[in-house]
Amino acid sequence: MSSLERSDVARLAALARIDMSDGDLDRLSGQLAVIVDAVAKVAEVAGEDVPATSHPIPLSNIHRDDVVRPSLAQDAALAGAPEAEDGRFRVPQILGEDA
Amino acid sequence: MAALTYDKALEQFDPVFGIEVHVELNTATKMFCGCANQFGAEPNTQVCPVCLGLPGSMPVTNQKAVESAIRLGLSLGCSIRESSRFARKNYFYPDVSKNYQISQYDEPTCFEGSLDVVLDDGSVVTVGIERAHMEEDAGKNTHVGGSGGIQGASHSLVDYNRGGVPLVEIVTHPIEGTAERVAEVARAYVATIRDIVKALGISDGRMEQGSVRADVNLSLRPKAAAGEDQAAVPFGKRSETKNVNSLRAIERAIHHEVVRQAELLLAGQPVVQETRHWHEDTNSTTPGRSKEQAEDYRYFPEPDLLPVEPSREWVEELRGTLPEHPAKMRARLKEEWGFSDTDMRDAVNADALDLIAATIEAGAKPQAARKWWMGELARTANDREVTLRDLAVTPAQVAELQGLVDEGKINDKLARQALEGVLAGEGSPAEVVASRGLEVVSDDSALEAAVDEALAAQPDVLAKIQDGKVQAAGAIVGAVMKATRGQADAGRVREIILARAGVEG
Repeated sequence: MSSLERSDVARLAALARIDMSDGDLDRLSGQLAVIVDAVAKVAEVAGEDVPATSHPIPLSNIHRDDVVRPSLAQDAALAGAPEAEDGRFRVPQILGEDA
Repeated sequence: MAALTYDKALEQFDPVFGIEVHVELNTATKMFCGCANQFGAEPNTQVCPVCLGLPGSMPVTNQKAVESAIRLGLSLGCSIRESSRFARKNYFYPDVSKNYQISQYDEPTCFEGSLDVVLDDGSVVTVGIERAHMEEDAGKNTHVGGSGGIQGASHSLVDYNRGGVPLVEIVTHPIEGTAERVAEVARAYVATIRDIVKALGISDGRMEQGSVRADVNLSLRPKAAAGEDQAAVPFGKRSETKNVNSLRAIERAIHHEVVRQAELLLAGQPVVQETRHWHEDTNSTTPGRSKEQAEDYRYFPEPDLLPVEPSREWVEELRGTLPEHPAKMRARLKEEWGFSDTDMRDAVNADALDLIAATIEAGAKPQAARKWWMGELARTANDREVTLRDLAVTPAQVAELQGLVDEGKINDKLARQALEGVLAGEGSPAEVVASRGLEVVSDDSALEAAVDEALAAQPDVLAKIQDGKVQAAGAIVGAVMKATRGQADAGRVREIILARAGVEG
């Protein structure tokens, strides 16, 4: 079964802020549908007695003590930023949305 | 249409509300990395590859934050899930550098609880808690250009110091049946959460610094006809008002939304299900994102973190550390301190209970502790437009000041001057009394000299006193107090005057 429609891909692209042309959508909905279908095959193998798992390794409760460790210096933190101003990361206008 | 009032609106509609409270934990470090969790540092100086979301970095859960979340959940009567996990909440906004926030979705650590909220008149409303889950805070955006808001800004600047700070989000079930007390209940609920997190010692609970923040959901539905069950009437469409950050604002936001939605409904217009923003300056809300289009967070299990599976022994051990419910504690303190209902309510509303308690702990009598915090200090805080705890005086210093009064070293008037000195950073009360020379003059020879001088200036007074008009001594006491700039012990001065006149006091 092909579970992924072209409109799904358009919606995902919008959510991921990826600008896609009609050609991109046509091409990618075909390709992504193949991947989704392949994953769906795996789901068929798992019976109801197999619980869904989010981790392949049976570990839990790996915690850290609440002890401060050194942070980066401000210039190091900002070193990879395309733009910085006033010790802060500078980002373009945020339009059409609110926090 | 005549302007609708809140009371009129609630005569026609039944309100249903829910609240999401975000509590910032006061752990030493962030939720998933060892950066310091401290308010007010220089921007981007408490950041590392993990909380900046740099590729290849791996988060590790803060044990203390998990402990705080469980203790909070237990205080809210929640069950603690035997296995819970984190999830990624995906969205694009520069305050999260990873393009997702680590939160909990289908397996929150704490779920299904209830909290008794005590209103001012002593009546109790039980609020159902759906869940309390752990997540990380976002960074802080500053919009540049325009009026400082997002509209018209040329660009924005981001500080990630707050990014990754541990939060617990507490979500209520819909709260029904509060009718015209909806705003009061909402306020009391958030106040109770604030009191609980402070009593637990897991957050400073400072709403003005954003340590406790609330989002308020509200909907209206028609009132049921007489004899009909209100609970059977379906809920109306709700709005969610974000970032309501003071108790007063919670009441006001509910007032505003009740009236706004009632006006729409009465005009036959739909209420749009949407996020709205609270504006403190105008006491009103404006629309933000509409839910349908924006809320698609594509949650999925966080692959970089392992499940949290607290042992039952540990949970029970933590249950043993829970403090008294704030309402019970208040009832007990009121009794112990001998406060009136008004004394107690004023102290609670001024957020002064713990300050008064600490002052009593340091040795002051309850009424004296109350008098300082609710009198002189409350006035000073009010004049300076700050909170009591922003004042540069500790409960121990207040107790010390009162001790000096009790010992007779200073009187009330001098104590206020000493307090002024303490607030100005001149040192402890005793140090200020010494450096400003505020001590009451109790040296008899100095007082006697001042009395004699005053008597010489008003020669008829002595005769009057000897004639039995003892009240005439008041003029001399006044003159001596003036001469000593208020530093004389008035009782002792009076004794000296009467002794000079040769009459018994």
